[in-house]
Amino acid sequence: MVFDYSWLIGGPQGSGVDTAANIFSRVGTKLGYHVFGKREYHSNIKGLHSYFVVRLSDNKIRSNVNGANIMVAFDAETMIRHGLSISKNGAIIYDSSIVNTSIDEIPTIEADHRVRLDEFFKSKNMEPKVSSIIELAKESGVNVYPISFRDALSNIADELKRPELSRMTRMFNVLGVSFSLGVLKAPIAPLLESIEEIFSTKPTIVDLNKKAANFAYNYASAKFSGFNVSLNETDKEPNIMLVQGHQGSALGKMVCGCRFQSYYPITPASDESEFLETHEILQVKEDRPGSTTIVQTEDEISAIGMAVGASLTGTRSATSTSGPGFSLMAETLGWAGINEVPVVISLFQRSGPSTGLPTRQGQDDLLSAIHAGHGEFPRIVYASGDVEDSFYDTGKCFNFADIFQLPVIHILDKFIASSVVTCNRFEPDLVSIDRGKLLEKIDGDYKRFAHSPDGISPRSKLGLENGVFWNTGDESDEHGHISEDPVNRIQMMDKRQKKVEQILTLVPKNDQVVAYGKSDICIVSWGSPKGPILDAIEMHRNEGNEIGFIDIKLLEPFPTEYVKLLLKDSSVIVDIEANMTAQLGSLIRKNLLKDPDYYVLKYTGRPMTCIEIFDSLKKILEKKAEKRQVLLYGD
Amino acid sequence: MAIKLGDYKTGVHNDWCPGCGDFGIVNAIQMSLAEMQIPKHKAAIFSGIGCSGKTSHFINTYGVHTLHGRVLTFAQGAKIANPEMTIIAAGGDGDGLGIGAGHFVAAGRRNVNMTYIIFDNAVYGLTKGQASPTLKLGEQTKSLANPNPNYNVNPIALAISSGFTFVARSYSYDVRQLKDLITAAVNHKGLAFIDVLQPCPTYNDLYTRDWFSGLDQINEETKKPTPRIYNLADVGYDPVVHYSTTTELNEKLAQALEKSLEWGDKIPTGIFYKNELVTPYTKRITDKIPNYLENPAAKQKISKNGKPTTDISEILDSLCV
Repeated sequence: MVFDYSWLIGGPQGSGVDTAANIFSRVGTKLGYHVFGKREYHSNIKGLHSYFVVRLSDNKIRSNVNGANIMVAFDAETMIRHGLSISKNGAIIYDSSIVNTSIDEIPTIEADHRVRLDEFFKSKNMEPKVSSIIELAKESGVNVYPISFRDALSNIADELKRPELSRMTRMFNVLGVSFSLGVLKAPIAPLLESIEEIFSTKPTIVDLNKKAANFAYNYASAKFSGFNVSLNETDKEPNIMLVQGHQGSALGKMVCGCRFQSYYPITPASDESEFLETHEILQVKEDRPGSTTIVQTEDEISAIGMAVGASLTGTRSATSTSGPGFSLMAETLGWAGINEVPVVISLFQRSGPSTGLPTRQGQDDLLSAIHAGHGEFPRIVYASGDVEDSFYDTGKCFNFADIFQLPVIHILDKFIASSVVTCNRFEPDLVSIDRGKLLEKIDGDYKRFAHSPDGISPRSKLGLENGVFWNTGDESDEHGHISEDPVNRIQMMDKRQKKVEQILTLVPKNDQVVAYGKSDICIVSWGSPKGPILDAIEMHRNEGNEIGFIDIKLLEPFPTEYVKLLLKDSSVIVDIEANMTAQLGSLIRKNLLKDPDYYVLKYTGRPMTCIEIFDSLKKILEKKAEKRQVLLYGD
Repeated sequence: MAIKLGDYKTGVHNDWCPGCGDFGIVNAIQMSLAEMQIPKHKAAIFSGIGCSGKTSHFINTYGVHTLHGRVLTFAQGAKIANPEMTIIAAGGDGDGLGIGAGHFVAAGRRNVNMTYIIFDNAVYGLTKGQASPTLKLGEQTKSLANPNPNYNVNPIALAISSGFTFVARSYSYDVRQLKDLITAAVNHKGLAFIDVLQPCPTYNDLYTRDWFSGLDQINEETKKPTPRIYNLADVGYDPVVHYSTTTELNEKLAQALEKSLEWGDKIPTGIFYKNELVTPYTKRITDKIPNYLENPAAKQKISKNGKPTTDISEILDSLCV
């Protein structure tokens, strides 16, 4: 029997939920489990609810399931929101002081949610209180383990003779994760090691937290020793990393030689820039250290302007943003298009429109990425499905930008950015660097936009002798000077447009679309649904049902012929994506002149779970599905 | 071999209106480049949108004609990536102080080592004469249907309060002074700003060449016009911050701000404020990245035989828990 177990911790933002989840994920990794964790949070600094679900498994996992097996709650809101999502035979560890809290006393629950809760409790004929949730959980076979977190803290304070500790409620998180690991009878050593590693820069805190962890672990393992699930040391695969979503593309940028990134702060993209800045000095083999110059700009217009300016010097340059910032970049995107400037825009999508759900998942910017900017110019839109892909894809995006001399929009999203997962150690040797027609030396006459059969001209860079050129956002001649001549106009437009054919010819087919098995029923998707889709397909395979899946990574220009070929033996096409209007579906209808048979869509702002996708596919297999299924799971 | 003035000229046809103040500015930039003998591949002119945006096409160095209001963003990116380049950004007053005002302020705060020249004629010429941010409240140039309903931006005061460390004004018909100021600006260690007053003979019928020359201000004794433009250097004005004391700094800032308000019968030109004691952006980077100047972004080798040379193994080790 495969071990597959999910742990949930929740609490007010700013209370250290992330740290606790980080500890739990590390412990799971050290024990040899595959880890998939996701963070959900409000657009808020302190006080609103956030939670983390960490799933551990013996097998490779790429998504979350619905609910969790075990939960730790030291505030009433976590109990109210998640208490009923814990599965039978699971456990809820909670702070005994929250039992009598009623939902009226929790101001951070949204009004609409409050109404739903009232109705729910009324239908059960129960008081709208935490105690009712505990009652219901017990009824459904969940073990409930009350602990007074305050008493635990007082005990630790007494033991260490430091009375001030009894008020340090910030430590509830370390207590929570340690209680959990005690109940789960995990070996204690990885817990203490993880604390040491996470707080390595703060020696005084390390000690305190280790003592607290030790206390809490022993307390819970002694008091709730009857729990029937335990975490054990398993066969650990070598070279497994525990990586946060935003680190994939950041590390990819370091390796592939991105040396300039400008950005304006925005969720969920800024973490990537901050990681780059933290590691701005780079070790280089057989050479002096290199560096990435990171500039925080005054807005996203400046961010892309600077990246384009830096690229003109021959530097591999990028900017990183989310939907609202990307909207501001549209005009400069066109400038980079007409001036054939390689620049990479890492677009970490979140839910729009406008500010939308600023900290939540969404894939509603595909058509925006493809169409942003006025006028007609070639660009590449390329999507990554998970953290591991994002590392290698980043290198590819920079190669595309250099080879085809155009802006490349690398699409990622909040789901990827704020997940914490185990994956194989990245292999920088698998990354190649191809700078296309970038020149290092020029003799004689030079024309930046010289006509050439493939539409791509040799590229000079600022500072190169004999390589002087001009750029302009106006239509220009081969030198780059303004020209409104109609014959030149058509030559230049056609020159740039030739790149589309070049891209579809030169980008390897496996980089355009990844096909995961063929079948009569085939899923088409793009970006981060990849993980839950693959998990759901595996679940169906275990039940004897084969389902195919093609992950379309190159979305502009659209690889029509290749997609057609991949789908030719499938009679049922299922489009799965995280938006309302099925944006990939619209590309398939436009390019393949074919309407997918089914749509599975989610736009609640929460990532898809493998269970939801499994269920929706099941309905399709049983021919009981509506054409359009909307997924709703998650808080 | 010395680089001649003519070497900095392109053969591109100049389509500015006859008598346009822009000509003087392009000439002054070319004269300054020749004076400093900057190799043409070591300089880049960035320009915005509007009549002045075409400037980069007339100068035979790297020329980057950017977007309306965004010239400073492109220019700073290039300079930070390749600090060996001499970068001059040029644009109109609408470009830099209207649509691009946010970038103007942010650039001042950064103090990147480059020069920014604003072609200040108080109108949007290329779109046929609408009021620009430097046109004063209540003034009505000839293509306006009504007097200007907005107060004007004071470019000198805005530059000073935004952190520019070299702030000057010139007049496009005084090409020699302008050339000298451009050379001083390029040699300045930090972000230099020159506000160049210039007539728009087609659309600005208020600030004309005759007005700047003071044809309406005839001296009763000499019967000659009293020019409005004068040079601060001729009246013993010292714009330089010499010491790192708050007292001196405040005096120099206050003096420059006060001078920036002078307008009408007398209009000061020359350097209003110069402070090389403020760290340029370069220094702010080398504080974090010690070898940035020797090995900036544009100079770094990133691959060998098509394979990356960056070694991230330490970071990867730390992620293998």
